[in-house]
Amino acid sequence: MSTEPLIFEMGAPGRRAATLFEMDVPTRPLIDLLPAEALRQDDAPLPEVSEIEIVRHFTHLSQRNFGVDAGFYPLGSCTMKYNPKLNEDMAGLPGFARLHPLQDDDQAQGAIELVYRLEEMLSAIAGMARVTVQPSAGAHGEITGLMVIKAYHASRGEGRRNIVLIPDGAHGTNPASATLADYEIREIRTDARGGVDVDHLRELLDENVAALMMTNPNTLGVFDENIVEIARMVHEAGGQLYYDGANANAIMGLARPGDMGFDVVHFNLHKTCSTPHGGGGPGAGPIGVAPHLVPFLPGPLPARDADGGYHWEDAGEQSIGRVRANYGNFLVLVRAYTYLRFHGPDGLRQVSESAILNANYLMHALKDLYTLPFDRTCMHEFVLSANQQKARGVTAMDIAKRLLDFGMYAPTVYFPLIVPEAIMIEPTETETRETLDRFIEVMRQIDQESRTEPATVTQAPHTTTVGRLDQTLAARKPRLRWSPGDAPRTAEKSVPVGVSR
Amino acid sequence: MTYIPNTPAEQHAMLRTLGAETIDDLLGAIPADVRLQGELNLPPALSEPALRRHEMALAGKNLNLDEALCFLGAGSYDRVVPSVVAHLAKRSEFLTSYTPYQPEVSQGMLQATYEFQTMVCQITGMAIANASLYDGSTATVEAALMAVGPGGRGEVLVSRAVDPQYRQTLATYAHARGFTLREIALDGGATSARDLQAHLGPETKAVIVQQPNFFGIVEDMPALEALTHSTTALFVAAITEPASLGVLAPPGAYNADIVAAEGASLGNPIGYGGPALGLFATKADLMKRMPGRLVGETVDDRGQRGFVLTLQAREQQIRREKATSNICTNQALLAVFATVYLASLGRQGFKEMGVQCVQRAHYAFDQVTALPGVRPIFDKPFFDEFAVTLSQPVSAVNRALAQRGIIGGYALDRAYPEQGANAALFCVTEARTRDDIDQLVRAMKEVL
Repeated sequence: MSTEPLIFEMGAPGRRAATLFEMDVPTRPLIDLLPAEALRQDDAPLPEVSEIEIVRHFTHLSQRNFGVDAGFYPLGSCTMKYNPKLNEDMAGLPGFARLHPLQDDDQAQGAIELVYRLEEMLSAIAGMARVTVQPSAGAHGEITGLMVIKAYHASRGEGRRNIVLIPDGAHGTNPASATLADYEIREIRTDARGGVDVDHLRELLDENVAALMMTNPNTLGVFDENIVEIARMVHEAGGQLYYDGANANAIMGLARPGDMGFDVVHFNLHKTCSTPHGGGGPGAGPIGVAPHLVPFLPGPLPARDADGGYHWEDAGEQSIGRVRANYGNFLVLVRAYTYLRFHGPDGLRQVSESAILNANYLMHALKDLYTLPFDRTCMHEFVLSANQQKARGVTAMDIAKRLLDFGMYAPTVYFPLIVPEAIMIEPTETETRETLDRFIEVMRQIDQESRTEPATVTQAPHTTTVGRLDQTLAARKPRLRWSPGDAPRTAEKSVPVGVSR
Repeated sequence: MTYIPNTPAEQHAMLRTLGAETIDDLLGAIPADVRLQGELNLPPALSEPALRRHEMALAGKNLNLDEALCFLGAGSYDRVVPSVVAHLAKRSEFLTSYTPYQPEVSQGMLQATYEFQTMVCQITGMAIANASLYDGSTATVEAALMAVGPGGRGEVLVSRAVDPQYRQTLATYAHARGFTLREIALDGGATSARDLQAHLGPETKAVIVQQPNFFGIVEDMPALEALTHSTTALFVAAITEPASLGVLAPPGAYNADIVAAEGASLGNPIGYGGPALGLFATKADLMKRMPGRLVGETVDDRGQRGFVLTLQAREQQIRREKATSNICTNQALLAVFATVYLASLGRQGFKEMGVQCVQRAHYAFDQVTALPGVRPIFDKPFFDEFAVTLSQPVSAVNRALAQRGIIGGYALDRAYPEQGANAALFCVTEARTRDDIDQLVRAMKEVL
């Protein structure tokens, strides 16, 4: 139990770490080179710390952070699998890491070739005609895909289509992206089997629907058996079908979104291709599209010359335009390329199969003690409800916090929103049977504690460097930065323990 | 090959506990007509050593900045980065963690992000900053969206001296989102105050000006700010070269409402332009309209200081279609790189870096423009980039320079056709020594 001071609370005036080159060019007073009113009056008040203080500080911070390398991370919909070290080494090669984006194409042949080949591989996995790697993350892929769909409809004189249909279990980025693309949202109910309610879909489909955004398998970890029928209905109404690829770890080599009838697919390479997630990013969110949408993709796109060379090709007239500067999160793409080349077609299918096996193995061993709202075989993840434990005063959040005491990260909780006290578990394929068995044992123990000693759960975690944090105070009186004279926040409490979420 | 630990025998035993024999017994929900027949059409797997060799060969086809002297900037900058930065930021506890949804075991990332938010405020002079956005271009888009407001329309004015790729990205979003984007003309390489005044009106929601601008020129931000604030529009400072903040007045000092910047060069690999690091800072009273994640300080149930993701009511996972932005995954690890980097430079080093950029770029400007066949295009003050006209096309000059191990300037006609094929934008940061610059000058003398 300890805290680490802020870096601003360390050091002393005059200390520094980094050294620059000796000043070896003739110098003139700044005031002779730049207008006086354009100059900075006071130095930026950055910390003044030595290198050893920096090393200790950030080492201490890292020790206060839990990653996949430290232990099991069953965070549903986030695909927290092992992040291969090889990927890091390849992304660190100077020929990739030390490349300026505006260098001439003939100085970047290997980089363009890598992107070209990655696009081909992602197209093959998704069953799509063409991929762009420009989007920086899944949500960025979503807005890009929706802009492509919008441009497509407009090109056909159907710009009136202003509605996007989204299942009630969808990731929050789906409605946010659709709104950003200036669409209205209609929510579709989930049916008793955990899939899209086809009757409700039929009611909602009309000539103003631009697209249906779906995750398949969805956020319940359930593969929608009606997908072919859903695709037919959407297309008959003139709409487009968008595939949220957050759960693509379940389908590689087993089923392709293109064959299911999807028109646009995004990938989350930081999930499916383990690039890794870096504490919240960077990711990469390439999108693949069916042939009729290729002309609308953002540019530039990599192209292969007749002589085997590569170049960046500007997008055509119908393109939506670029969605960010340069080509995408290139070093993330290098990691994804490495991942896909290492696995090959057989390896990728095994990845998805093993992810599905591990999820079913956990689900099977836990469904007697935790409610399984949709009792059917799952894909790569599944959702439990802690409603029985809640009746004993122990919430899904309490269970999540208690798991931390056992050296494991927590599952996603309170999502999807359609399951009360939801606990969403995604073990991934890279965990040993022993780790899965240990998780089962701990989850069963926590259930037992909810019966015999609920306070052990409701007051958890007990072994972490900090206890439960006061979210209400953080939001009600926000302190978003350190300022000179700030004392650490201490006992300024606003809610009792156990209420915070 | 895979990273799957369980053997086929173990997997079979696991299947048996489920009452299944093969994995296919678990795949019944996938309709037969969408089950993939055969294998994915992908190249075969490569072993780790074979893959390493293959990628080293790919990487070897590129001319990297350790092999060549780079005088190319135009939005991406070659920096001196201390060894300590990557050693700390790439520690696997940061690298292999997810967004810190469980703060009790994520204090390291949360505190580092809080320190990052603080440092962004310190260098920009703004009140608050978020935990990062994708890159400078999308940060500029988010600034425009924030000014226009959810469901809002109206007009956003962007200086033609804003990075061309940023303006293209803005145009993409403006079209999809339904607001109007207009460009403000240039006057001698700087934003025309007269043209800005002519375009400002009650419909103007934001004015976006880059400092220093795409040509490296130091804009008269106070004058442009005053014009903008004679209306209700927000004044947005876009920054692609963060080293400038060591010597130039920070946006907070000229009353900018929003800062949207590219922070990748603060300690991160240049990486062919990605991943990059969008910085976003604003005034305190605009907090609730701000996009992106925020980390806040709070207290735990033991009375200790701690950090959490906060004000999430603005964000997509809570507000869904009413969110201020759709961003979820951001650039967290790059923010850690930037935090270690800025701590390492510190108060003195950050200023020194800015001063070195100015001095080295002006030395290079004097040397380069003294060459026959080279003349400056503009006569305005600049930071570490300057535009010149050469006696030959930039493409030809750059090819010849590359043979001499030099990456030449940016061909301005790529985005400004009126400048012609001979116009080049050179960049000289703190990473170019006098010897490097003299090599460029000698090479240009041979080439021109």
